[in-house]
Amino acid sequence: MSEKETLLDVRGLKMHFPIRSSAFSRKKNFIYAVDGVDFQIRKGETLGLVGESGCGKSTTARAIAQLYKPTAGEVILNGKNLVDMKPIDLLAARKNMQMVFQDPYASLNPRMTSGDIIAEPMHIFLQRGLLGLSKQEMDDRVEKLMERVGLSRFFRNRYPHEFSGGQRQRIGIARALALQPQLMLCDEPVSALDVSIQSQILNLFKDLQDEFGLTYLFIAHDLAVIQYISDRVAVMYLGLIVEISGAKDLYKKPLHPYTQALLSAAPIPDPKVEAVRKRIILTGDVPSPDKQRPGCYFYDRCSKRMDVCKAKRPQLTTMSEGHQVACFLYGKPE
Amino acid sequence: MTEDVILQVKDLKTYFLVDEGLVKAVDGVSFDLHTGETLGIVGESGSGKSVTNLSIINLIPSPPGKIAGGEVLFHNKDLLKMSDSEIRHIRGNKISMIFQDPMTSLNPFLRISNQMIETIVLHQGLDKAAAKEKAIEMLKLAGIPAPEKRIDQYPHQFSGGMRQRVMIAMSLSCKPEILIADEPTSALDVTIQAQILELMKELTSKLGTAVILITHSLGVVAGTCDTLCVMYAGRIVERGRTVDIFADPKHPYTQGLIKSVPRLDRENAERLYSIQGQPPNVIDLPDCCPFYPRCDRAKEICRKKYPTSARFENGRAVSCWLYSEEPK
Repeated sequence: MSEKETLLDVRGLKMHFPIRSSAFSRKKNFIYAVDGVDFQIRKGETLGLVGESGCGKSTTARAIAQLYKPTAGEVILNGKNLVDMKPIDLLAARKNMQMVFQDPYASLNPRMTSGDIIAEPMHIFLQRGLLGLSKQEMDDRVEKLMERVGLSRFFRNRYPHEFSGGQRQRIGIARALALQPQLMLCDEPVSALDVSIQSQILNLFKDLQDEFGLTYLFIAHDLAVIQYISDRVAVMYLGLIVEISGAKDLYKKPLHPYTQALLSAAPIPDPKVEAVRKRIILTGDVPSPDKQRPGCYFYDRCSKRMDVCKAKRPQLTTMSEGHQVACFLYGKPE
Repeated sequence: MTEDVILQVKDLKTYFLVDEGLVKAVDGVSFDLHTGETLGIVGESGSGKSVTNLSIINLIPSPPGKIAGGEVLFHNKDLLKMSDSEIRHIRGNKISMIFQDPMTSLNPFLRISNQMIETIVLHQGLDKAAAKEKAIEMLKLAGIPAPEKRIDQYPHQFSGGMRQRVMIAMSLSCKPEILIADEPTSALDVTIQAQILELMKELTSKLGTAVILITHSLGVVAGTCDTLCVMYAGRIVERGRTVDIFADPKHPYTQGLIKSVPRLDRENAERLYSIQGQPPNVIDLPDCCPFYPRCDRAKEICRKKYPTSARFENGRAVSCWLYSEEPK
């Protein structure tokens, strides 16, 4: 994998949202949703991003797509930094980067037919002269895409409410594919689906990747789903990546106490395995990301915490080929 | 019937009359619940899991809903035939519920204390001061830190996991015989889910409460339930002991369901198994096996008649023509 070229390079990405502590307060407070994230995605691979709600997974994806203007950091796609681009250049760059959203009900316009929804990205790029397609070619592409994602092309005049959740997610995927992107940012695309539909959609993602050489940033909170779909996995906690590694390595040998707890908390659908399993049950909730702490963000809930963890924040360090972890258990500072 | 059966659901049918036709949300569901047992009901959205349980405690909104048939025997008394005041005595007292979303099932305008005390005063006849003490004790059992202070707070001051703990404390405060938990952990993160499931297991075994756990997650079922009912399109297609069902699923739907979940503890195949097609529309469903369009072992008879139930050892029952004799 390592010889492949980097498609997306995220450097020091920060996304802070201002909040006001009270209506009369002049002091500005922030939600530190993403607080300095670095990772690369190589061409043709899937990076899974996993973590609990509020850890900044979705914000990371949205900041990469420039749906939010990042507070700091660089998002480099194909060697170009998206953060300080002019709007028209950004639009052109977005052709290579599309999103699939979690909620198949909220992410499709209820007043557009499925065919129009899939064609909309092409229309936008056509109007701005960034795409040269005739009406006929566009129609053909819409039909091809519908068939490819497993919808009959005869459904193109139907409205979203006439489809089930799984079918709607297929429409969302077809829309994301319409511009033939290199990178797809998939934000919990299977979380709202039933078990039997979830496996259909996961297989569809894999097939599309093989066929079109797609690169995915795949966000999910379900660890088993991430394991199945990803080549590499990044674990996030409170706006930071605490561990990043090849998928096999991470699941066999999780290093960070949070990763270990997360893996042990995830239920396994087998009563015999469950009966003998020992769980690490974390105490407490994920703290609110409304302040920056000097120490490790996981300190309050960690079972292996040390004094140093409270005072200093561990940085990601490489433990073995491609396996990085941010924890003082694996090397204390001088 | 054996002595320790506390709840017997017999051929329960709940229908909804909507503009498009008759929705048979629950269509002939039967199962027994024993003292201290944890029974899981799994199925996909729309399979009738929640409606089954709302029917048990007679909470189906009518119209459009209607319990069209069947019996729910609680200590040999039919809950469906009880008057409103009789069943109000049982609801929240002998049989209590926990719902999926702890934010919407707690009243946002009332302090936790008011909501908990109300139940305890009503069902146990304690005075307010004693009820408050009891409520604090329950919150402590449910692992809420500083319950004396927290009890006077409002629901929005609690996190999702904490709210679910409050719900558990509240629902167990009258020492119910049956706890119905409808997707209690689906809105929670995995680490919090593990905490809540652990808490439920601990408290219900301490109090000897039987649990009906409704969930779509096979992982949750595997870790918590003694017996299991698999629902599809308003019917139970397979039931039995959880270990038996996972070791040897018999119904093609159960088999497909178990195979289509990716697993953490082993390397998954290159491709996941997936059940083809969509769950059926339950409006005006004909008398056939509702799973046959998606089943890879469907036979001629499957599209004509709903299968009779085939029985196996350990109370196992499967509704599939692969195991039942076809009628002549």
